[in-house]
Amino acid sequence: MERRTNFGAGWLPYLLIAPQLAITIVFFLWPAGVALWQSTSSQDAFGISTVFVGFANFRSLFADPLYLASFRTTLVFSALVTAIGLVVSLFLAAMADRITRGKLVYRTLLIWPYAVAPAIAAVLWGFLFNPSIGIITFALGKLGITWNHALNAGQAMTLVVIASVWKQVSYNFLFFYAGLQAIPRSLIEAAAIDGAGPVRRFFGIALPLLSPISFFLLVVNLVYAFFDTLPVIDAATGGGPGQATKTLVYKIFVEGFQGLDIGSSGAQSVVMMLVVVGLTVVQFRFVERKVKYS
Amino acid sequence: MIENRRGFDLFCHAMLIVGVVVVAFPVYVAFCAATMNEQEVFTVPLSLVPSTHLFHNIVSVWTQGSGNAAAPFGRMLANSLVMALVISVGKISVSIISAYAIVFFRFPLRMLSFWVIFATLMLPVEVRIFPTVQVVSTLHLVNSYAGLTLPLTASATATFLFRQFFLTLPEELVEAARIDGAGPLRFFLDVVLPLSKTNIAALFVITFIYGWNQYLWPILITSTQSMTTAVIGIKSMIASGDAATEWHKVMAATLLAMLPPLVVVLSMQRWFVRGLVDSEK
Repeated sequence: MERRTNFGAGWLPYLLIAPQLAITIVFFLWPAGVALWQSTSSQDAFGISTVFVGFANFRSLFADPLYLASFRTTLVFSALVTAIGLVVSLFLAAMADRITRGKLVYRTLLIWPYAVAPAIAAVLWGFLFNPSIGIITFALGKLGITWNHALNAGQAMTLVVIASVWKQVSYNFLFFYAGLQAIPRSLIEAAAIDGAGPVRRFFGIALPLLSPISFFLLVVNLVYAFFDTLPVIDAATGGGPGQATKTLVYKIFVEGFQGLDIGSSGAQSVVMMLVVVGLTVVQFRFVERKVKYS
Repeated sequence: MIENRRGFDLFCHAMLIVGVVVVAFPVYVAFCAATMNEQEVFTVPLSLVPSTHLFHNIVSVWTQGSGNAAAPFGRMLANSLVMALVISVGKISVSIISAYAIVFFRFPLRMLSFWVIFATLMLPVEVRIFPTVQVVSTLHLVNSYAGLTLPLTASATATFLFRQFFLTLPEELVEAARIDGAGPLRFFLDVVLPLSKTNIAALFVITFIYGWNQYLWPILITSTQSMTTAVIGIKSMIASGDAATEWHKVMAATLLAMLPPLVVVLSMQRWFVRGLVDSEK
């Protein structure tokens, strides 16, 4: 952790670290402090006086059926995005690990969606599923399914999950593929000599050895589903129909724009911060354990 | 190759090809739509054979835009480019010098500074949206490049990556430099910076994409069409009211907005893969 030799003190280190610290304090700590203060205060109707109300904002938040519904929506959405994203990318990575020819070509053709903005992913899939001219809508119509994600809650959720997973598979694939390539060949060969087929080898050897990477990706994907999918939801469904795709983060965003209740908005922000702190702590505890594997 | 199972290998290739096709399908349809004229794009079902109007659509959207608030898309692309470049160069510069200070100097408040930077990991913009906007408008940075880029320039991830890398540099390097009479600045410019080239390239790819694909921040901080970015521009081209969306132009704009980050990722794929895997350790 520490270097033996160093350049001592003086004014130079402060100068070097000053830009980063200044940005952090002005644009991170100050706003977070404001959110904390707002979450424990209440403004009058004209925004003139503010009083300290303790945990009242949090109490009313967790008594609000709309907030609890949004909590459920977020859990369902995150579970779907994480589970489908991980399974699909692990499957593709296992296929790519198995073959001998064209590995790099497949990798290149699978990872490029990482460069596509989440909002653009939503626009692309929204076009395919467009209720009047979408090509998939047309195909579904031939099968007797009427698609309109502006009216049907389940279909709206399906659309945002598909667009979010499409964008995230590239990332998961890269990590699973790197993990599979790092498994010692001798282990696999030994199992093969003992008569284990490819499927048996995958579940018996590769999958257990991938567990640290899988756990890491689980946390990263949850963070992605919680926060980074806000553009997908905004561009594809706008949280609708009704509240069907309004996740917690999207709720803060929409209500903040309407400027309804600063105290409630602050309390919602603080709840989200606690979620991030929790996920970050989990992730870092895992990093400490992961050192053993590498 | 462990055993020879032709059937199973064929199955693997088939599955990968299905994966590649599903991944590419939305972009192929977008490309087809971008090559059509208004009449063709509204034909149901949409043809999967490209037409001949691609160039015309690109020119039209570049110079006039589309949708309710029609503004030249070229200007938005330029804004995105400025934003992505300033954020990536800014993040890398700010992080490399602060990591240098933390690793190579002993000074009071060193660990405190480290933890303050670390705390930014826990405060993504999504959870502190409106207080941050208040701060930025207090500082009169709304609708400016400074407001678009400066708040996104701090990076705990990049600082960690550089810190981890600096800790692996051998002690002899510093000792040798000191014996030769090199001060901290000389050592940074002549030894540390050249050694960090690969890390810088890897971080450039990741931060460029991060900057180009920003969504929430430009929406909050810009209110004029001339300051908005390409991704936001596309969102506002999709009409939600009376006017019909000009899908052929929207898809042409989408292709334009996807191109720069795609070129960066594909041309720097080696560093990108390395940077992605490294920065998460």
